[in-house]
Amino acid sequence: MLTLVVEQVLNGLQLGLMLFLLAAGLTLVFGIMDMINLAHGSLYMIGAYLAATVAEASGSFVAAIVAAVVGTAVIGMALELTVLRPLYRRSHLHQVLATFALILIANELVRIIWGAQPVALNMPAALSGPVELAPGLRYPAYRLVVIGVGLAAALLLYVVVAHTRVGMWLRAGASDREMAGAMGVNTAWLFTAAFGAGAALCAVAGALLGPLLAVQVGMGENILILAFVVIVIGGIGSVRGALVGALLVGLLDTAGRTLLPALFRALAPPAVASEVGPALASILIYVLMAGVLYFHPRGLFPARG
Amino acid sequence: MASALHIRLHPLPTLLLVAGLAVLPVVLTAVDQPFYIVLASRVLIYALIASSLNLLIGYGGMVSLGHACFIGAGAYTAAVMVRAGADIAWLTWPAAALAGAALAAMIGVVALRTRGVYFIMITLAFAQMAYYVVVSLRVLGGDDGLTLPHRARYGFGLDPGSDTVFYWAVLVVVLLLMTGMRQLLNAPLGRALQAIRDNDTRMEAIGFPVFRIQLAGFVIAGAAAGLGGGMLADLNQQVSPSLLHWTQSGTLMVMVILGGAGRFLGGVLGAAALLLAQELFSDVTTHTALGIGLVLLAVVLFAPAGLAGLWRQVAR
Amino acid sequence: MKNKTCLLAGIAVLALASAAHAADKVKVGFMSTLSGPGAAIGVDIRDGFELVAKGDSGKLGGLAAEITIVDDQQNPDTARQVVERFTKRDRVDVITGMVFSNVLLPVMPAILGSKTVYISPNTGPEDYAAEKCDPHFFVVSWQNEDTAAAMGQVMNDRNLKNVYLIAPNYPGGRETLNGFKRTYKGTIASEVYTKLGQLDYAAEIATLRAAKPDAVFFFLPGGMGTNFIKQYVSAGAQQDAKLYTPGFSADEDTIKSVGEPMVGILNTTQWAHDLDNPANRKFVADFQKAYGRLPTMYAQQGYDAAQLIAAAVRDTGGKIEDKAAFLKALQAAKFDSPRGKFRFNTNHYPIQDYHLREVIKDSTGRITNKTIGKVYSDYADPFAARCTMK
Repeated sequence: MLTLVVEQVLNGLQLGLMLFLLAAGLTLVFGIMDMINLAHGSLYMIGAYLAATVAEASGSFVAAIVAAVVGTAVIGMALELTVLRPLYRRSHLHQVLATFALILIANELVRIIWGAQPVALNMPAALSGPVELAPGLRYPAYRLVVIGVGLAAALLLYVVVAHTRVGMWLRAGASDREMAGAMGVNTAWLFTAAFGAGAALCAVAGALLGPLLAVQVGMGENILILAFVVIVIGGIGSVRGALVGALLVGLLDTAGRTLLPALFRALAPPAVASEVGPALASILIYVLMAGVLYFHPRGLFPARG
Repeated sequence: MASALHIRLHPLPTLLLVAGLAVLPVVLTAVDQPFYIVLASRVLIYALIASSLNLLIGYGGMVSLGHACFIGAGAYTAAVMVRAGADIAWLTWPAAALAGAALAAMIGVVALRTRGVYFIMITLAFAQMAYYVVVSLRVLGGDDGLTLPHRARYGFGLDPGSDTVFYWAVLVVVLLLMTGMRQLLNAPLGRALQAIRDNDTRMEAIGFPVFRIQLAGFVIAGAAAGLGGGMLADLNQQVSPSLLHWTQSGTLMVMVILGGAGRFLGGVLGAAALLLAQELFSDVTTHTALGIGLVLLAVVLFAPAGLAGLWRQVAR
Repeated sequence: MKNKTCLLAGIAVLALASAAHAADKVKVGFMSTLSGPGAAIGVDIRDGFELVAKGDSGKLGGLAAEITIVDDQQNPDTARQVVERFTKRDRVDVITGMVFSNVLLPVMPAILGSKTVYISPNTGPEDYAAEKCDPHFFVVSWQNEDTAAAMGQVMNDRNLKNVYLIAPNYPGGRETLNGFKRTYKGTIASEVYTKLGQLDYAAEIATLRAAKPDAVFFFLPGGMGTNFIKQYVSAGAQQDAKLYTPGFSADEDTIKSVGEPMVGILNTTQWAHDLDNPANRKFVADFQKAYGRLPTMYAQQGYDAAQLIAAAVRDTGGKIEDKAAFLKALQAAKFDSPRGKFRFNTNHYPIQDYHLREVIKDSTGRITNKTIGKVYSDYADPFAARCTMK
C-alpha cells in the first residue's frame, strides 16, 4: 500500500511539474501583456514535433530537446512580433478568437507537414527501464528524469524571476505595466523575450512528454485547458502561484483517479460507486478551480493588488 | 421613435427570405437532393444557437467560452426523453430549453460574480465539468453517447421520419425565436443589457440590478442553446459528448464573430457561412480548418465587425 | 433575386451530376479513423482495401471502383454527417471502413435505414450479431468477443489462476472483456475500464501492480496499446505479471514502435502473416511490395472486405443494382481469404479458425509474430442463434 502511495505521489508530481512548465509561460504572457493565448498549447505541440523530427534524424534525445527548445522559442517570438502584438490592446474576446484561429492553423499545418498519424518519439534506451527506489518499489527511470528536469526548470525560473534584473522587470510588468514602462523598462523587448521563454518551456514539456504520451495533432488542446486551470487557481501573473497550482492539480488529479473510485467502492453500493467515482474523479480539478474562484476571485496568489 | 438601438427589419427582404427558406425543401426534393435538406436544417439550428451566443457576447458583453454545455444539456434531455417514450417534439424541445435554462442559471449565479478574463475561464471550467460528467456517467452512454430510435413526433399526422417535415418544424421554431430575440432587444431588458455591456459600473450606480439583468440574459441564452441542442438530437438521432467539447464553444464564438457580434443577424450569417464553407470545401480538401483559421485571423485583425459589418461598409 | 437563381442553377447541376449514376461502376464509401491515436488501424484497413482494386487496375469484380475515402476522426458526429453524404448525396452502393464500435453503433441505423450495404472490416458488435442482425450488415473480421474468448481458453490451458483485466470504456472494450470472461475459468483480480484514447497509464499500472495478479489480459487498440506496453515495460512490471492480449495490440504496427520488449507476448487472432496457404502468400507478398511493411490483421480485414465486394460484383455479373442478388452474392462469399477457411454464419458474422501467436525474435534478428497453435476450429460466435435474418 505504501509503495502504491509513493508511486502515485511521484506520478502526480510528474504531471504537476509538466503542467507548471506550460503554465509558467502562460501566466507570464497573461500577467504582463494581459493577453489570453489559447495557442500556447500549439507551441507545446510544435515543440514535440520538432523534437520527434530531430530525434529521428540525429538519434540523440538531448539534441532533440535542444533543437525543440530553440526552434519553438524562435517560432514563438516570430508569432509574437507578427500576429500577437497588434492584439495586446484589443479585447479579450478578440484575443481568444485570434489565438483560436492560430490553433486551427497550427493543427492543419502540422497535419500537412507531418501527416495525420501520430509521430514516434522514443525515450532514450538507457532510460527505458525501471529504477529500484526501495525494495519492491520500481519506478520508470524516464519519469524520474522528467521530474528532475521539471524541478530544475522550476528552480531556474525562480532564480531568474526572483533574483535577476530581468525578473524584476517581469514582476514590475505583471503588477503595473504602465508604471514599469514609465520607469524605463523596455516593455516591447521584454514582451518578446517573455514570449520566447514561455515557448521554450512549452517545448521542454512537449519533448519530455512526447515519449510518454503521443506526438499527435491536437495534443496541445487538452493540456492547455489544464494549464489554464492551473494559472487561474494560482492567480494570473504569478509564477509562484503557477507552481503551487500545478502541483495541486497534478497531485489532486492523480490522487482522485486512484483513491476516489476505491473510496466510493468502500462506502457506496457498487452500482452507485461505479458511476459516481470516476465522474467525480475527472471533474475534481474543475471543482477545485470553481471553489478557489468563489472564495478568491483572483486566485491564490494574485500578482496585482 | 427609432433610436439607434432599435432593430429594424425591412418587410420586403424579410418576407422574401422567409418564403425562400420555406420552399427550399420542396425545391430540393424536386431536384432529388434530399441531403441538402438535412444540411439546411443543421444550418438553421446552429443559426439559433449562434444567435443565442451573440445575445451574450454581442449584446451582453458576457464572453462565455462554455456555451456548448447548454447545447449538451438540451440534447441529452431530449435524447433521454425520446428513449423513454416521451417522444413528442412539443414536449422534448421545451424540456431541452428548460434544461439549458436551468444549467445556465446554476452556472450564471457563480460565474457572473467574476469579470473579464476570469469570466471566460470560469465558463470554460464549468463547461469542462459538464463534459466530464457526461463522459463518465454510464446512464448517459459515457463516451459512446446515446442513439435515438427515431425522431420526436409532432402530431397533426406529420411524418416524423421525413427530413422535410423536420426542416419545417425547425424553421418555424427558429423564426419564432429570432422574432422573440428582436422583441427582447427592443424591450427595456434588452436595452439595459446593452447598457451594462458598455458600462456596468454606471448602470450599477444609477440603480439597475446589474447582476439580475445579466443573469436573465444568461438564462435566456442558455434556454435558446438548450432548445437548439434538443433539435440537434433529433436531427442526428444521436447525442455524444463531442457536442459539449470546448472546441465546440470556440467554434460557436467563431460563428458569432465571423457573422458580426452585436449585429442582429450576426449569429445567423456566421453559422451559415461557416457550415456552408465546411460543406463546400470538404470535398475539395481535408484541410478546411486551415482556411477557416486564416479567414478568422484576418477578420479579427482587419474586420472586427464581421460579415454583417462588411455588409454595411459595402452598402454604404 | 440573382442569388436565388444562382442557387437553383447550382442545385440543378448537382442533380444532373448524380443522375448520371448507373451500374457502370461500383461506388464505395470508405470511412475510417485516419487521424489521432487510432489512425494506424484505419490506415492499415485502407491500405489492405485499396490493394485489391490496385491489383485489378482500379476495378472490383470487373466494375470500375469509385472509392471515396473519408476520415471519421473517431467522432460519431463527424461520422454521422459523412454517412448522410454517402447515403443521400453520393448514393454509394457499399459503405465500409469503420474501426471503432462507438463510431459504428450510432451511425448504423442511418446506414441500414437507407438500405445501403455495410461491410465491417473491423468491429463486430454484439448488437447486430443477435436479434438486430440485418440483411445489409456484414462483418468480415470477427465478433468482438471471439479473439478474447480464444485467449481465455489459452489462459485456462496455461493454468493462470488470477488475471487482471484492462480495456477502454466503450462497447468494443466491454464486449472483449465479456468474451474473455465467457471462457476464462480462473479468478478475475480486477476489471478496469479506462477512457477511450487515454495515453498515460501510470496510475493504472501502479494500481495493477499493487494487486499482484498472475497475468494481465489487456485490450487497448491502436496507440493506446503501444503506450500501455511501453509504460508497462518501463515500470518493470512485466517481471511481476506477463501480458496477454488479442492480436490487435501485438501486431506488426505495435511491434514496430515498441520493439524488443514485445518479445514473448502471446496473442490470439483469426489470421497471421505466416499462415501457409496460397492466398495468404500472395497477400503478404503484394502488401509488402506495395507498402514496404508487413501487413497486420487490420490490413487483412480491409483486404477481405474489398475481396468480398469484388466477389459479389463478379458473381452478379456486375448487375449490383439488383439489390437482392447482390445481397445473396455477398452472403455466399466466394473468395480466397488469406486466413484460409472463411464463411458467413446466419447472422453475417464469420465462422473461422482462431490461432495463437507469439512475438519472437527470428534467426535474422527481426521481431515478429509466429503462429504456435490453433485455439479454435470453425468457431462461431454465441449470438448467431438469436438472429432470425429477415
